[in-house]
Amino acid sequence: MVSTDFKVRYQNSVLGYMWSLLKPLFLFAILYVVFTYIIPLGKGVEHYPVYLLTGVILWNFFTEATAQGTISVVMRGDLIRKISIPRYLVVIASALSALINLGLSLIVILIFALLSGILPSFSWLLLIPLIVELFVFALGISFFLSALFVKFRDVSYIWEIVMQAGFYATPIIYPLINVPAYLHKWFFLNPMAQIIQDARYFLVTKTSITVWSTIDSALALIPFVVVIMALIIGGVYFKRHSKYFAEDI
Amino acid sequence: MSNIKETAVEVTNLHKEFILSQAKNSTFKQTVVNIVKKNKKVTQKVLDGVSFEVKKGDFFGIVGRNGSGKSTLLKLISGIYTPTSGKIILNGGLTPFIELGVGFNPELSGRDNVFLNGALLGFNRKQMDAMYNDIVAFAELEPFMGQKLKNYSSGMQVRLAFSIAIKAKNEILIFDEVLAVGDEAFKRKCMDVFEKYKAEGQTVILVTHDMSTVRKFCNRVILLKDGKIIKEGNPQEVADEYSKLNQQQIDRETVDTNEISNKMNLSVELSSAKNRDTPKVSFLVGESILVNVLWDKSVTADIVMLDLFKQSGEHITNFKTIRDKISCNKVNKVNNISLGFEAMLTPGKYSFIISLRNKKDDEIESAYGVGSFTVIDNWSLVKLAWSGLVPIAHSWKE
Repeated sequence: MVSTDFKVRYQNSVLGYMWSLLKPLFLFAILYVVFTYIIPLGKGVEHYPVYLLTGVILWNFFTEATAQGTISVVMRGDLIRKISIPRYLVVIASALSALINLGLSLIVILIFALLSGILPSFSWLLLIPLIVELFVFALGISFFLSALFVKFRDVSYIWEIVMQAGFYATPIIYPLINVPAYLHKWFFLNPMAQIIQDARYFLVTKTSITVWSTIDSALALIPFVVVIMALIIGGVYFKRHSKYFAEDI
Repeated sequence: MSNIKETAVEVTNLHKEFILSQAKNSTFKQTVVNIVKKNKKVTQKVLDGVSFEVKKGDFFGIVGRNGSGKSTLLKLISGIYTPTSGKIILNGGLTPFIELGVGFNPELSGRDNVFLNGALLGFNRKQMDAMYNDIVAFAELEPFMGQKLKNYSSGMQVRLAFSIAIKAKNEILIFDEVLAVGDEAFKRKCMDVFEKYKAEGQTVILVTHDMSTVRKFCNRVILLKDGKIIKEGNPQEVADEYSKLNQQQIDRETVDTNEISNKMNLSVELSSAKNRDTPKVSFLVGESILVNVLWDKSVTADIVMLDLFKQSGEHITNFKTIRDKISCNKVNKVNNISLGFEAMLTPGKYSFIISLRNKKDDEIESAYGVGSFTVIDNWSLVKLAWSGLVPIAHSWKE
């Protein structure tokens, strides 16, 4: 089902799979031009292009996975009304299809990193647990929103707005260093901030401010607790409501 | 081995209610409006305490008129809906076929679609690999499997979907009647497959309103009406009950519509020959029908002619008083005449064209499409279904 999703999505476009890469790359190009030459936000950040690209691509995955996840159950309504496949598979399939995109995008990041003179290191492997965390977070939210979307079709619009706000509430285009230091800990309530900053730390530059360098107590685990909570609450809510999907869609 | 067959499906006291859609909250705004206005949830009981048991090897039929709850019951057994209350115990794997080719994607190749469809029906890759060649061979589509489904003709798509359905083996199979939609050849193919299942002792649950299929294959049947089982037993008993149910329904619906008005008050009234006083519009095959034609006293009609038509347009026969040497205008001015005949007709809807004529056989007045009636299967008279317009008296020689 995942491969179907992916195959079908780009079947009719000439560039096929390439589009899933080009979309974030164009966003990156625009942001790069704006924030390097017009408003030089990235001044003083080592390898700002790769730094920016990492943020954009991770955020892009999160947006795509949750947006697709939200509508996944309703989109597959024809299946759900006619066969009794486990409902959660529909959501997981949509998240996995976004994950494939992310995998391809990561290759692009790595190429960019090498081109801009970053030497490969073992810390790059630490991206893998981060991506697992990101995936789990996106999945938890998708479960919750997709079940909610069956009943309330406004959810997708509301989520779009939330994501727009989230794009600026997360340090993607601006380096966290430009933000007053006493605010840093509040930023890290958002798991996306923690994930993106950690990814930059492992991949791009050791100057990336991480939750570990900001808070040196067990409170630094808060982003992980948020992720786990999202999965539990989303999962439980989904499970409770999935019984009635067939008749509610 | 004991003779008592194992249970395959057990349904106990099943209830299902739906919240009607106009009362549903599909946006936040509506939710708030409904809470503020204190709109009560409108629910509809679709199933009301249904219990039955299907044994292994049964060919089990579920019949009922439209809206009786049979499709809901099917979806509950398949696990698509969740019951409001009650229990369903399945003893063995179950594959439902509510629609053919669920999840077929026109953009993928035939091959990919077979695997996708199989995966959705709950088969893993290995099982599908084992079944794949069989499926393709049965559909007779080997040369086309690499092509995209959208390039298939609709007939090819149905063939492919159907082959998946019948090659997919599972302990319990459920078929909805929608499967039997198609041309004559396709229907026959379905019937052949059912025949095979029956011979093999495959457990099958069949949901339909076609009594002849039920009589042909099922060994046990339940009849649903308004969400309740009103009859359970062998196909013969249930079929009779079902005919009766249909008859009542039709009588209720159409008794009033046979009144016609025209300037000569030409009208017609139908009843059973056994009971002339109660008007009736549905008759079992072979039942005696009495057609009473009435007209205004002021009209002098010498000849009365009735043409019997089937709803589909076929002219069945013509009744004419003069041909049978009956005169309508003997002594007094008669203003009604009765025609009796046996309804040896295929089940369906019929009506008359009635014509009043003078001595010269010129038409004085006529009425079209009057005295409509329905002929219903009579399983206790006709053991095997026949088709065509009318049975003709005949004999065989060896």
